[in-house]
Amino acid sequence: MASQEEILAGLAEIVNEIAGTEVEDVQLDKSFTEDLDIDSLSMVEVVVAAEEKFDVKIPDDDVKGLRTVGDAVNYILNASGK
Amino acid sequence: MSPTKRTETPRTVVVTGLGATTPVGGDVPSTWSALLAGKSGIRTLTEEWAEQIPVQFAGRVAVEPLEVMPKVEARKLDRSGQFAMIAAREAWADAGFAAKNTPAEDGSGETVDELRLGVVIASGIGGVTTLLDAWDVFKEKGPRRVGPLTVPMLMPNSPAANVGIELRARAGVHTPVSACASGAEAVAYALEMIRSGRADVVLCGGTEAAIHPLPMAAFANMMAMSKRNDEPQRASRPYDKSRDGFVMGEGAGCLVLESAEYAAARGARVYAEVAGAGMTSDGHHIAQPEPEGRDIARAMALAIEDAGASVDQVVHVNAHGTSTPAGDITELKAIRSVLGDEAADKVCVTSTKSMTGHLLGGTGAVESVATVLAVYHRMAPPTINVDDPDDDVCLDIVRNDPRPLPEGEIVALNDSFGFGGHDVVVAFRSVG
Repeated sequence: MASQEEILAGLAEIVNEIAGTEVEDVQLDKSFTEDLDIDSLSMVEVVVAAEEKFDVKIPDDDVKGLRTVGDAVNYILNASGK
Repeated sequence: MSPTKRTETPRTVVVTGLGATTPVGGDVPSTWSALLAGKSGIRTLTEEWAEQIPVQFAGRVAVEPLEVMPKVEARKLDRSGQFAMIAAREAWADAGFAAKNTPAEDGSGETVDELRLGVVIASGIGGVTTLLDAWDVFKEKGPRRVGPLTVPMLMPNSPAANVGIELRARAGVHTPVSACASGAEAVAYALEMIRSGRADVVLCGGTEAAIHPLPMAAFANMMAMSKRNDEPQRASRPYDKSRDGFVMGEGAGCLVLESAEYAAARGARVYAEVAGAGMTSDGHHIAQPEPEGRDIARAMALAIEDAGASVDQVVHVNAHGTSTPAGDITELKAIRSVLGDEAADKVCVTSTKSMTGHLLGGTGAVESVATVLAVYHRMAPPTINVDDPDDDVCLDIVRNDPRPLPEGEIVALNDSFGFGGHDVVVAFRSVG
């Protein structure tokens, strides 16, 4: 099971690939839409890539709750712990 | 500059910017010099899938989009959208406008009122590689893995829309679709937008990216493509006795058109006047051109009439000339019938597809760029590979070396015809 640091690093890679944001700018307190240049369509790409990378399921209804990178890291931590 | 409103008499329209990415060059200067030098952009395909299909060569773009476009931007665009964006940016800058139609921080850079700016970028097939790649993902990994950008990337209007958004064009963004006439139809549509007063400036063009096993196999099964696999650079040979079909190319061309008064007011460099356009349809067959060339002749006559030109001013035709056995000669006969023997004996004809291959929905735009430059530099590019002209060639084909065009007021035509019987001819006139 991946640690918080590993999930953050993995998400940073995904965000970098999709939006070109520098890896070091992807921090727990950053908002996907306001800080990281991720629009609603790109967010779906982030979610699907994260599902594949961390072997978790993130239903569409839960995606709305993932405002910050920290929200996503915690969601993936909890989901992969089940 | 105050916005110009609808006018009663049609306005004169001029070309002030050019852009292209083609099998012979990554921009207009390299494409033009390759065309004058008679260089072929056709290569053997090295992809594994090529071995499965009967045609194993094509004209890939000379410069891959990722060499000039950030990866993050490229992944949001179909390959056809990447080509269009690259050509559009070149044309826009060439016209002297500020990148993204936005002034620099110091306020410098010329911009266009967004309500007076239009975009017309055509495609014949749209985002076909995006669609087929997404279907592969669906089959291999399931529906959840199909990217959310698939639809905005595969829409045929996607290249026009993305360029329109980048420039914040609000007078109208359009995508004519008429197979291999699409790119020329975009130029004709842009001409009409400015003439009618809907816009002062229109960025127009055409793009295509269909070098993928499925469209390649499908075109090959129509018996439309050359199968000269052992000599790819000699395969596109319009007017030659041994021609055996067209060669697939990819790429895009773009032109910035503006009303002559708008261009004059800002002191823009003018390449040529877009003097007229003629559009007809042949009501004949979905894939076979009408054998007498009745409606392609009519499209040429309409373009010349629309330009207010006389037939003896028409000194050059950038022909559709795809290297198919039937189409090439039908077009030449139509040119002769429209111009009459006296003018036809003086006109010089070229098919730049002998070098670029056939860019389908991009072809009418790239060839409009070539026709504009021929008028501007008074130099017609050659047709290569005409080693043994067909006995029915009835016009002067520019072979191997470029041909100087006469001084004085001259007119050149760009012919483009598409599956379904779409015939589009655009007439360009020299200025100054």
